[in-house]
Amino acid sequence: MEDNLELLNAVILLLNYTVIPAITYGSQLALGAIFVTLIYGVLRFANFATGDMMSFGTMFAVLLTYYFQSVGIGIGFLPTALLTLPLAILAMILYMLFIDKFVFKYYRISKSAPVQLAMVSVGVMFVTQAIIRIIIGPFDRRFMDGEKFILKASEFKEMTGLSEGLTIKSTQAITLVVTIILVSTLFWFLNKTKTGTSMRAYSDNEDLALLSGIDPKKVVMITWIIAGFLATVGGVLYGLDKSYKPFVYFNNMLPIFAAAIVGGIGNPYGAFLGGYVIAFAEILVTYAYKKFFIYLLPEFLEPDSLVQLLSTDYKFAVSFSILVIVLLFRPSGIFEGKKI
Amino acid sequence: MRKYFNIIAAYSIMLFLIIMVGIFQSWSIALSILNYCLISAVMTMGANIQWGYAGLINFGIMGYTALGGLAVVLVSVAPVPEAWSAGGLNIIGSLILIISLVLIVRFILKKYKNHKYKNYFITFSIIFGVILIRFVAFPGIEAIEAVNPAKTGFLGGLGMPVLFSWIIGAFFAAGLAFIVGKIALGLRADYLAIATLLIAEIVVSIIKHEDWLARGVKNVIGLKRPVPYEIDLQTSPWFINLVEKLHQGKLNLLSSVSDKKDMLNQLVIDASSVYVKLCMTGLFLTVVIILLILTQKALYSPWGRKMRAIRDNEEAAGAMGKNVVKEHLLIFILGSAIVGLAGAMMVTNDGLFTPGSYRPMRYTFVIWVMVIVGGTGNNFGAILGGFVVWFLWVEAGPIALYLINFFTTHLDETNALKVHLIESAPYFRFLMIGVGLLVIMRYRPKGLIPEKINVKKI
Repeated sequence: MEDNLELLNAVILLLNYTVIPAITYGSQLALGAIFVTLIYGVLRFANFATGDMMSFGTMFAVLLTYYFQSVGIGIGFLPTALLTLPLAILAMILYMLFIDKFVFKYYRISKSAPVQLAMVSVGVMFVTQAIIRIIIGPFDRRFMDGEKFILKASEFKEMTGLSEGLTIKSTQAITLVVTIILVSTLFWFLNKTKTGTSMRAYSDNEDLALLSGIDPKKVVMITWIIAGFLATVGGVLYGLDKSYKPFVYFNNMLPIFAAAIVGGIGNPYGAFLGGYVIAFAEILVTYAYKKFFIYLLPEFLEPDSLVQLLSTDYKFAVSFSILVIVLLFRPSGIFEGKKI
Repeated sequence: MRKYFNIIAAYSIMLFLIIMVGIFQSWSIALSILNYCLISAVMTMGANIQWGYAGLINFGIMGYTALGGLAVVLVSVAPVPEAWSAGGLNIIGSLILIISLVLIVRFILKKYKNHKYKNYFITFSIIFGVILIRFVAFPGIEAIEAVNPAKTGFLGGLGMPVLFSWIIGAFFAAGLAFIVGKIALGLRADYLAIATLLIAEIVVSIIKHEDWLARGVKNVIGLKRPVPYEIDLQTSPWFINLVEKLHQGKLNLLSSVSDKKDMLNQLVIDASSVYVKLCMTGLFLTVVIILLILTQKALYSPWGRKMRAIRDNEEAAGAMGKNVVKEHLLIFILGSAIVGLAGAMMVTNDGLFTPGSYRPMRYTFVIWVMVIVGGTGNNFGAILGGFVVWFLWVEAGPIALYLINFFTTHLDETNALKVHLIESAPYFRFLMIGVGLLVIMRYRPKGLIPEKINVKKI
């Protein structure tokens, strides 16, 4: 009995400190990675403005949340940001379409090399970053309100009588639910609807798609609209869970790229899974397993050190190393196969 | 002469702008801008060699810059004997272990090329090796970091002259470029960009968090200088005499002796800082000119023609018997070495090494903007790009502030919008750089000074 309890405690410990945070973080990365992959698959360039575009959408959600709070609109125990999400997505899509019309379109029509488009996206990154910092400033902001926890550690301990607590933050649950809804809708859209199919066709073979009467303008517009959804929702979920800071969003671009490439760039399913691969790797490798082993092992074997593979300082480095390994052995990604 | 008119005009405008800064702000500011322009020019030349000569995208400039900076610390700082005796053996031991691990993996890869369990062998030896290395290194690292952590807490360097570290910095960067090139050069262009960026992030995070190496985010300050110190200048008679001579007229206007003395003191202090920066400028200018001559020679040599041929059509060049892979690796290493040199120059100029400041925005993307704006494939263009963009980067804040004040003169001093805009003036630099890049890419895709290939007519 005693042993069973120890085992349960160990499992709960891992769930609490690794699995649940990794699923949350992974979902946030996955949304960003699908965004990167979609742009890469349909518009054929690596978008270096990814992080800042996510930040841009989130900025609207933050500002609107502050406004809603000041006039007293809220949705009870859920964060107000969810209410502002549609408006923020709309603003994001408008911005993306604007950028596309005045910046990317020219290079698309003149069939520039992908590299040139990537450089142009660097320019967009600078401009977006400037706009964000001018409007909202570079500071760290929290905009999470409503109920903080779904399950508190103390409640869990009371309920089960275990010595390890399990906490589920409401942001974690929201992240998971919203991600599932958004991603399943997206995959349904890509696979079952006519527009989605035409997008896939366009991404597979542009010339053939054009020959069979697919309107490229429409495909590009739909892509940016989906991208707007993914970017804003991903950004807002991340901001709710942690906090909103423009610089952090810019940096998040890197693990997002890693996720997209690990999953096989151009392939949304791969990108979705890649997000979780990166998140789990980051958290599992940098977690200190000391307490876990104390629960599991008999007393004389208990470790003195933290039993940590790498210190948490190297969180990002882990995901990048995975990327390097993947590039070395499977340059087309772990989940290669069918594109979009 | 007409051929070079553009170049001469562009550089004269740049020089004029810097002189204007000297007149309106101060000569010290103007010279530090000029120094940074020169450093940026070296970085841009490195990136331009890779992008302009060979079409390789290297977004890892940040990593090479940081390695160059690290070289300055490792070469010029005096060694810390206590730290060496505390944990030096462990560090050397783990270095040997790392090298032997790499050799073992290579051996397995070569010897058991077709073995079924090859990958398992490699995984096993890496995991075992990493655990062993940690076991050996950890006590050493702890002991080293415990040695007077407020001041040292690291192994220190070799205590050699700082100029020597510039060369070592280039070699460090070249070494990293060799590894990165082996891993990533086979990738498609945009993959290469991302991969190099992420590898650079790994390098920077190692430098940031391995305190025993170069104190990590605790920074190393008070690095050696290849030029005299201000404080020495201010006490040396020849320098004071020189300043007195230069400002004879100004000093003679003052009647009282004490006033004269105060004035002279102030002048000496100002002049010493200008003098130090001038010495730096001289050093940097020498580097830039040497590099310019070498790169120009290379560009118009048979080797340069070969590189352009590879850039413009890889398959055709390969079919003509050129070894594309080898040339790509070579040029990747050369360009990165130049960037490493620039990194070392920058740290020497600042006199401090701050790993926390190496961010992709400033050390990768801005440098790339310089390359694109200046003109890819043209060394004069690259240098000009470094000058123009750095100048904008520094002066964008003041310009933005001036413009904001100009356009909001009719608004009240306490107007919320005006206050907000003035507070966010520093961020207009991103806007200017970004818009500048977009405009240049759209309307002048070859940059301010486009690449010129002289084809001799038969």
